[in-house]
Amino acid sequence: MNSPMTDPADKPRIAVHKFSSCDGCQLAFLNLGEALLQLNAQVEILHFLEAGMSDADAPVDIAFVEGSLSTPDELERIRQVRAHSRYLVTIGACATSGGLQALRNLDGSHDEWRDAIYARPEFIHTLKEVQPIAAEVKVDLELWGCPISSAQVLAAVRALLFGVVPVDDRDRVCLECKRQQAVCVMVTQGAPCMGPVTRTGCGALCPRFGRDCYGCYGPSETAQADTLARRFAGLGLLPDAIARRFLLINSQAPAFLHTGQVFYRSSTQDQPAGDQDD
Amino acid sequence: MHDYLPRAALPQLIQHLHRHGYTVLGPQVVDNAILYRPLADTDVLPTGIEQVQRPGEYRLIQTDSPRQFSWANGPQALKPLTFAPRETLWRSTLQTDGSLRFEEVLADARPTAVIGVRGCDLAALALQDQHFAADPYYRQRRDDLLLIAVDCSHPADTCFCASTGDGPAAEADYDLALTELDDGFLLRAGSDRGRAIMTALPLQPSREDQHRLADSQHRHACRQLRQLPAFDPAQLIQQGQHPAWDTVADACLSCGNCTSVCPSCFCFSESEVPELDGSSSDHQRQWDSCFSEGHSYIHGHHFRPDTKGRYRQWLTHKFGSWVEQYGRSGCTGCGRCISWCPVGIDPLQVLLQLGREPARTEK
Repeated sequence: MNSPMTDPADKPRIAVHKFSSCDGCQLAFLNLGEALLQLNAQVEILHFLEAGMSDADAPVDIAFVEGSLSTPDELERIRQVRAHSRYLVTIGACATSGGLQALRNLDGSHDEWRDAIYARPEFIHTLKEVQPIAAEVKVDLELWGCPISSAQVLAAVRALLFGVVPVDDRDRVCLECKRQQAVCVMVTQGAPCMGPVTRTGCGALCPRFGRDCYGCYGPSETAQADTLARRFAGLGLLPDAIARRFLLINSQAPAFLHTGQVFYRSSTQDQPAGDQDD
Repeated sequence: MHDYLPRAALPQLIQHLHRHGYTVLGPQVVDNAILYRPLADTDVLPTGIEQVQRPGEYRLIQTDSPRQFSWANGPQALKPLTFAPRETLWRSTLQTDGSLRFEEVLADARPTAVIGVRGCDLAALALQDQHFAADPYYRQRRDDLLLIAVDCSHPADTCFCASTGDGPAAEADYDLALTELDDGFLLRAGSDRGRAIMTALPLQPSREDQHRLADSQHRHACRQLRQLPAFDPAQLIQQGQHPAWDTVADACLSCGNCTSVCPSCFCFSESEVPELDGSSSDHQRQWDSCFSEGHSYIHGHHFRPDTKGRYRQWLTHKFGSWVEQYGRSGCTGCGRCISWCPVGIDPLQVLLQLGREPARTEK
C-alpha cells in the first residue's frame, strides 16, 4: 500500500453524504474489495455513515453526495455540505437528476399522493418537487448512473489526486456496446433500447445480456431524444410507453424530460387528474 | 481437377487447422445474429440459417436447407480480430527515483483461422491493411490470420457489393476460398498456405454440372437490390451546404453504429487508465467514431458539435476524401451501416439526394 506519491500527513480528506436515495451508489465504495484498502491508503475518509464513520461537518477536500433533495431539511443540509467541501461530486441518478422520486414532479399531485399513501400524512415533511443537487448548490463533478460503478469513483478520485480534471465521458452506450461486441437488441429484436441517447459508463451491461438499455446513466451528449422517440413509435410503442422510457430514473435531465413530457401529456390528456397544479 | 470437398468432409478442414495450431473461428448463431466464434466442430455452424436484412432490421430465419453459409453477414466483419475494440498500447511505471519507465504492451497473438469470410470483408481488410501498415498491434494479429472465404450466395437486401466490385465472390486476399453447393464445396487456393491445406483434404474431382451450378449461383447473387449510385468523389466534398445534410441530421441519432459496424472505419481515441495508487498507468486505445463528441475536440473547442456536421464528415470521408487517401472509396458494399442503423438510414439514399439536387451556395 506504500504509494510513492502520497504523503500520509496531507492525505486528501473525503466524505460520503446521503440524501434521499436507496444507498445503492454508496456500495460503489463498499464493493471495491481490495481497492477499498488502496483508496483508504490514498485518502482519509472522515464521514461515511454506511461504512461507520460519522463527522458530517468536518471540512473535506472531496464530498461525494448521493441522493436527491426531497425534504426541507435536505435543502439546509446540502448548503452545509457545500460550505465544508472543496469539491462536491454527485454520485448517481438521484443526486444528479432527481432519481425515481422526481417522478412526483410530473403531475404536481404531491399532496394527493401523500395523503393517499401514508396513514399519518401529517408526519411527512417532503418538498412538492424533488431537485437534483445542482439545483441548490454548485456541483463540481457529476457521476451519472443508477447505480454508479466503482470504476467511476476510482477514476474520479485518481484524477483529483493527480490534480487534473476528471474525464467526463458523455459518449453513448452504443459506442461501448459495439466495442463489447454485443449484438444490437433494437435491430435484431425491435427492442426499444435507450442506448443511442444514453451516456456510457455501465459497459453496455443490459445489451450484453440481450435486453434493452433503460437509460439509467442519463442523457449522452447531443442526445437525439425526439428522434429516438419517433423510432420507438415506429416500433409500435404507444405514447404512454414512450413516455415511460424517458421518464424513469433520470426524468429531470432536460434532454429526457422534454421528450418524455410530450408523450406523457399526450397519453394522459383525457385524464383530468393528469396535469393539475396545486 | 481435385477441388471438391463433400460436406461430410468439412470437419476434416477444421481438424486440420486445429492440428496445425490454429484457433479456428467460424460463423455461429449467437444472440440472434451470425457471429464468428471459436469453432470446435462443424455441427455448430448455422445450418439452414438465412437472413432478412432491411434498413434498421436484422432477422435470422431457419430453413431446411443443408447449407451452412447461406446468409450474407453478421454485425461485424474481421475488424475486431485485427483492430481490437480496446487494447493497451503501452504502460508507464513510476520508478523509485521519480522517473517514468515506458514499456510497450503487445498482447500474445495466436495463429487464428477464420472460416466463412466474405468478399466485401476481405476488401475492407485490404483497406485496413493500408491504414495500419506500420501499426505493430494490428500487424501482429493480421500476420497470424488465415482467411478461408466462402463466396456469398445469399446477399441481403442491404448488400451492394456487386456495384462496388468487392463481391459477392471472394476475389483476392484469401488463403482458401469455398463455393458452397448443397452437397459440398468447390475449393480454390489463394496462397501457398491455402494450397497446402488443399493437399491435406480428401478432395474429389469436381464435375462440370457443379461448376455450372456455381456460376449460376454467382450470377444470381450479383443481382442485388441496392447499388452504389454514380457520383464524383471530388464533387461530393464540395456539397457541404446541400440541404440533404439537414434532412439526414434530423433522422440520425448520432449513435455511431454505422462506423462501429463498418469494416473499414478505423478511428480510435486514446486514454490513460492509471492505477489507483498512481504507481503506473495504462495507455489505451479504443474504437471511436466521427459521431462522438471527442472525435472533433481540439483544445477548448468542438468543431463538429452537431449531428449534421458529424454525418457529413462520415459520408464525405467514406465516399469522397477516402479516394484521395487510399486510392478507392472506403465502402465495400457490405450494407452493415444500413442494417445496423437503429433508425434505418440508408447512406445510398443520401448519396442519391446529394447527386440529384444542385449544391446550395448560400452562407
